Amino acid sequence: MSLVLVGTSHRLSPVEVRERIAFDMDAAAALAQRLADGGEAVCLSTCNRTELYFSHSDPDAVEELAADALLGDEVELYRMRDEDAALHLFRVAAGLDSLVPGEGEILGQVRGAYEAGANGPVLDRLFREALRVGKKVRTETAIAESPASVSSAAAALAQQVFGELTGCRVLLVGAGEVSELAARALTARGATISAVTSRTEESAARLADAFDARTVAFDDRAGELERADVVVSSTSSPEPVLSRDQVRGNGRKGRPLFVIDLAVPRDVDPAVAELDDCYLYDIDDLQGVVRESLSGRRREAERAEAIVEQEAKRFRDWQASLHVVPAIASLRERAETIRSGELAKAEGRLEGLSESERRTVESLTTQIVNKLLHVPIVRMKEAAATEGAGYVEVARHLFGLGEDESAPENRKPGK
Amino acid sequence: MAELLFWPAFLAYGEAAVAYAGDARRPGSMGRLATWGVRVGWLVQTALLIAQAARADGFPWGTWAGSLNLFVWLVVGAYLIWGCKPRFRLLGLVVMPLAALLLAISYAAGGMDVSGTNRYSSLFLGLHVGLVLAGFAGLTLAAALAVLYLWQERELKRRSSRVLRFRAPSLVTLEGLFARTVAFSLPVLTLGMAVGFARLRERSQLDPLIVLTVLTWAVYGGFLLLRYGADWRGRRAAYATLAGFALVVAMQLTLQAGHFG
Repeated sequence: MSLVLVGTSHRLSPVEVRERIAFDMDAAAALAQRLADGGEAVCLSTCNRTELYFSHSDPDAVEELAADALLGDEVELYRMRDEDAALHLFRVAAGLDSLVPGEGEILGQVRGAYEAGANGPVLDRLFREALRVGKKVRTETAIAESPASVSSAAAALAQQVFGELTGCRVLLVGAGEVSELAARALTARGATISAVTSRTEESAARLADAFDARTVAFDDRAGELERADVVVSSTSSPEPVLSRDQVRGNGRKGRPLFVIDLAVPRDVDPAVAELDDCYLYDIDDLQGVVRESLSGRRREAERAEAIVEQEAKRFRDWQASLHVVPAIASLRERAETIRSGELAKAEGRLEGLSESERRTVESLTTQIVNKLLHVPIVRMKEAAATEGAGYVEVARHLFGLGEDESAPENRKPGK
Repeated sequence: MAELLFWPAFLAYGEAAVAYAGDARRPGSMGRLATWGVRVGWLVQTALLIAQAARADGFPWGTWAGSLNLFVWLVVGAYLIWGCKPRFRLLGLVVMPLAALLLAISYAAGGMDVSGTNRYSSLFLGLHVGLVLAGFAGLTLAAALAVLYLWQERELKRRSSRVLRFRAPSLVTLEGLFARTVAFSLPVLTLGMAVGFARLRERSQLDPLIVLTVLTWAVYGGFLLLRYGADWRGRRAAYATLAGFALVVAMQLTLQAGHFG
């Protein structure tokens, strides 16, 4: 059985090409079932990639089948086998092949593809390992810790002030798309949008509805500061909408206030940053954080690559060990046949033995066989990982495995 | 035996301090080495203290150098409660170099020696020194948490992206922790002081250390009143904790002048 991967991704194909071979979950599952053809198949289709994984006894045939399914004549595809294919999937699951290194969404997509696929022992193991490697990389490196967008940077910084955002109240000043994105990032981490204020009351009402929040008249915004922990401001006002005096005079009694100013021109008087317990970030500050964070992710990616390569090597060893399993089974079977046959032949001479003595003879002969086979079997497993299937063939030849024992050349001289 | 155990404990604390510095340079790279250094060092120092106790004829840490040895063990023990969590690794950068340095000073000043005699009973010394040092250890940890708070607060004020790289606990968490640590340590210190004062009645004399102890108690007591009574939070609270710690350091130095002499 060989592992085969055929696919394309954002690295090879632009979106107008990728969208032609993108499959939703049901279609991907149906395609995998159709292409499996007695083997195993999984289709991983996301907005950045479409990939088909196979475990099959005829790798060339399934590779062509997959290329046809992915419009190989028109789409540039990559084709990989065995360890390379495993390494690729592990890198994908770890987020190392993503646009933003370490992004977390891919892990769920790999899980979805695995669950919908036509799995057998090889792809089942491959995908379970890929999911484990994906988690391991995110646990053992900081690749997924830093934010990759302005809104997630704002939410991560708010967490550095308040810890868990559960119970944190957010005031949205301005009800545009930018405010909404920031609000989503904050609520995803547990914050509550408590109030929305905007010069356009309809926009405020729409956004407030979306987050189950109150609307506040724009002129009353300063009064709302007393109840808020986080303020997100993104209006199109040419003048600041929150002054230092408005923020200072809100009776917060030392509670921190985190202010996110996403507007250009800025909505919040920069002097607010000078107030005790007030932390003000504007769009440039947040973009700076994202830049630093992405370079940090790339640095962490180097460590992640080492983990992934090590795991791919382990998978290769496991895959190689599959080649020896039938040979080991044949060897054991052959040995057992000989052992029981010889005992049967000696039956006449063993007639006088008691039941207990008979069991002792059974046990003794079994132990001799097991001990004789132990070292060859261990060596065969070790060699399978390092020297491939050739070693198994040598073992088959030496022990005459798979040959007819009754054939004249396999009989002992004089028998 | 104690001298033999000093070196592995010192090396493990030193290794932890260096690893924490490496981890601060490149977060995530040496954190595990650092936390294992702390754990191993603390276990070895525990064995060292047990060896001292087994060999001594009475309370073995009644001298200044001996009490420093016990103090380091208490500080690292208190740090271990949270310190091995990744988010508190920056705290290790504050605590572990201090622990290694103080242990070395204790060694150089004869803190591993248990042959000295003291005119006070072991029970009194055990209670008084043990409780006061446990209180000091807690206050030291509170000061380290306050330092971490002030660092993180400054980084947030400066809008530095380092704040996300190092990922210390949040300001609210740190502020709550150092206030709670003071709230826990002060009663322990008070008990230790009460035992000392009971003995003082027999001795009927005041020394500068006693004055400093009372002053320290007043500063921390005032801090707790303001923190829990008047919602004193943030930077002011961190500075108050550090002011109290400056008095703890002054007390340690005064102790060297011969409180038990």
